Amino acid sequence: MMQEWDVLIAGGGNAALCAAIAARRAGRSVLVLEKAPKFYRGGNTRHTRNMRCAHDAATGTLTGPYTGDEFMQDLLRVTSGNTDEALARMMIDRSYDMLGWIQEQGVRFQPSLGGTLSLGRTNSFFLGGGRSMLNALYRTAERLGVVIRYDHEIVDVEIEGPRFHAARVRTPKGHTRIKARTLVAASGGFQADIDWLKQGWGERADNFLIRGTPYNRGSLTRALINSGVQQIGDTTQCHAVAIDARAPKFDGGIITRLDCVVFGIVVNSNADRFYNEGEDIWPKRYAIWGRLVAEQPDQIAYIVFDAPNLEKFMPSLYPPIQADSLLELANKLSLDPKRLTETVTTFNKAVIGGRPFDQSEPDGNRTEGLEINKTNWAQKIETPPYYAYPVRPGITFTYLGVRVDDGARMVMANGMPAENMFAAGEIMAGNVLGQGYAAGIGMTIGAVFGRLAGEEAAAHVA
Amino acid sequence: MSHDTTTHSTPALAEANRLMTVCNSCRYCEGLCAVFPAMELKRSFTDGDLNHLANLCHNCGACYHDCQFTPPHEYAVNVPGTLAQVRAESYAQYAWPSAARPLFARHGTALAIGLTLGTALFIAGFVTVGDPRALLTAHLEETRFYALMPHNAMVAVFGAAFLWMIIATFMGALAFWRDTGASGIERMDHTQATHDTARLRYLDGGGMGCFNDDDQPTDQRRLWHHLTFYGFILCFAATSLATFYHYILSWHAPYSWYSAPALLGIAGGIGLVIGPIGLLRAKRDRMPELGAQSFRGMEVGFILILLVTGASGLALRILGETALLGPLLALHLGAVLTFFLTMPYGKFVHGLYRYLALVRYARDMRRHRQGK
Repeated sequence: MMQEWDVLIAGGGNAALCAAIAARRAGRSVLVLEKAPKFYRGGNTRHTRNMRCAHDAATGTLTGPYTGDEFMQDLLRVTSGNTDEALARMMIDRSYDMLGWIQEQGVRFQPSLGGTLSLGRTNSFFLGGGRSMLNALYRTAERLGVVIRYDHEIVDVEIEGPRFHAARVRTPKGHTRIKARTLVAASGGFQADIDWLKQGWGERADNFLIRGTPYNRGSLTRALINSGVQQIGDTTQCHAVAIDARAPKFDGGIITRLDCVVFGIVVNSNADRFYNEGEDIWPKRYAIWGRLVAEQPDQIAYIVFDAPNLEKFMPSLYPPIQADSLLELANKLSLDPKRLTETVTTFNKAVIGGRPFDQSEPDGNRTEGLEINKTNWAQKIETPPYYAYPVRPGITFTYLGVRVDDGARMVMANGMPAENMFAAGEIMAGNVLGQGYAAGIGMTIGAVFGRLAGEEAAAHVA
Repeated sequence: MSHDTTTHSTPALAEANRLMTVCNSCRYCEGLCAVFPAMELKRSFTDGDLNHLANLCHNCGACYHDCQFTPPHEYAVNVPGTLAQVRAESYAQYAWPSAARPLFARHGTALAIGLTLGTALFIAGFVTVGDPRALLTAHLEETRFYALMPHNAMVAVFGAAFLWMIIATFMGALAFWRDTGASGIERMDHTQATHDTARLRYLDGGGMGCFNDDDQPTDQRRLWHHLTFYGFILCFAATSLATFYHYILSWHAPYSWYSAPALLGIAGGIGLVIGPIGLLRAKRDRMPELGAQSFRGMEVGFILILLVTGASGLALRILGETALLGPLLALHLGAVLTFFLTMPYGKFVHGLYRYLALVRYARDMRRHRQGK
């Protein structure tokens, strides 16, 4: 007779493992199905480095308190209020406990990484990074008796009304059917499915780079929505940053990111500036540039700066393109040399500097009289050699997913709660993130909703 | 694919340079050990810098399993494996005299020949120079060892070998020290480095434990290394104390089992047997990608010669009252002599170079804290 699992978990990242551990600790039989092979297990968790949790006092690794109220204000600001406030509040309240709980599962923290000092108070950094964190969760899950299968993808679900019965699973040995009393969907976003991205972005999506694995294609998200679960978010919402255009199509990870926008100007393929590079400190603007570049012709842009700035930001994988004159730089970038020179000259003339340059806070060095002013950190680009990094939109994860309630339980299209289906992580991130992003919040969503989903699933096994 | 402005003299150094560019762009591993914080102080790396980083690496394996870019990822990041290769090559690069450099790659063979020859020579010496029958009857003599080989002869042979070892090792270390650019060292840097060396601070995977045969942090190499290292120190102390007894106090061997030199020797010998066996087992089971396969003979050979030295020394203590005394002594002396002569040309130098790398690291971190 076919075994019926208490809790079936789709996905193998932070959210999935937190759910698996929580359900297993509640005494349930737990099966985790990870679509990727073992090395690529865990989707974007492999590429993460920190988690944002509320805390009332400094700790050994956090430099100061970060209250739930401040967290909520930050969330409202980055999403422009486009969030389910009650759900967000619940998540933030539960994030207090998460710092201790996740360490009990073997995860270790360290003070903020070199080059990320601005996050030292709010975000807890994983010692050894996201893959180390993930490995710790896997060890704990396996020790507790969670069964984990790699190369197993849920391709369809058998759902009757609000009730889940079984999953159709593609395995290395062919297709199979797996029955379970509850389902936790924690299988990430669909960002690796370029065709799906095109439904929102059109042909522009062909020029997007995907920062994580090619395995996050949202097949379960699609199956759930097709089977009557309520969708949340639209196809275009996602976490997108401007990454080095020379990065591989998939899985380039953190080392292709560039932190140099505030040190120069950003031009599009017409050699025109298109956005205020000095709007706010970089950690607060990092995640808007992917969308900005996506809206430019050919979805490409160039960060241009001069010699004194070369070592002021974190190094990245590819060297900058270097030239002794703006003309030469334009040629190397295949930009109109006359237009680039014009843009830089116009910019330089508009710079009203004079204040001490300070990248850690808005320093008031600005331009005046331009159509698009740079409101901070404006400095003349005048000392050769000149440098440029080509950038394209790098998609971290998508926000479209399934709606959940405050018990991490899926909500059906008719507004009724599902009986035995729960969701956590990127697949339901759109509930909290209608738009925008704050560093480390994806891991908070994964861990808090993952643990909650695991506990709730365990409690609803019937 | 890097900010490289220098060229590198070997493929391993070029690969190490590529990896340091990748790692410097990521930095997720900076809490694991000394290598990554040291790397973060620079943006481009000379061969000397890379040799320094390679010798800082304790090969705990944590960063291999924590890295999101290890093979099969296209970035193919393997820091411990690459640094192991660079490190082994650096031992040869800095060796003195330079004619001895090929010994590193053939160290295992050299040790085997040395041990056989050394032992045979001692046996031949015992038989031809002294009383031929003493080889199997020395245990009955009042003077024991010295019935086989006069004390002064023993001191002359081993004193000369020891002196050679000291000079050659010093010259190698000096070349390493100069190339890796150490100056402005203060006493506190040595204190810090001594502390880090004595505890093998960075052989702990950043607190979780080391990795050896799989992705579980269950490795015991730190324990085996402590037994080996402190066993070696105790044996060295035993010999030194016996020398002191002989020349300063005129207390002559043999010493009873409860005498200080004997007790030190027994404790050290036990460490030098258990420790190397543990290390050999760990090396046998190790994931091959974490090590420098072409220098395996050097690494295994070094552990084996320590094991033979320790085991033959212990055996002498236990079987010294039997006819085996002569052959065992020949084996023990052959092992010790081979060990001394090959010390500057094999894995032994790792301890010294790693210590020096830790000294530079202590200095660099001190300066970094002081904002220089």
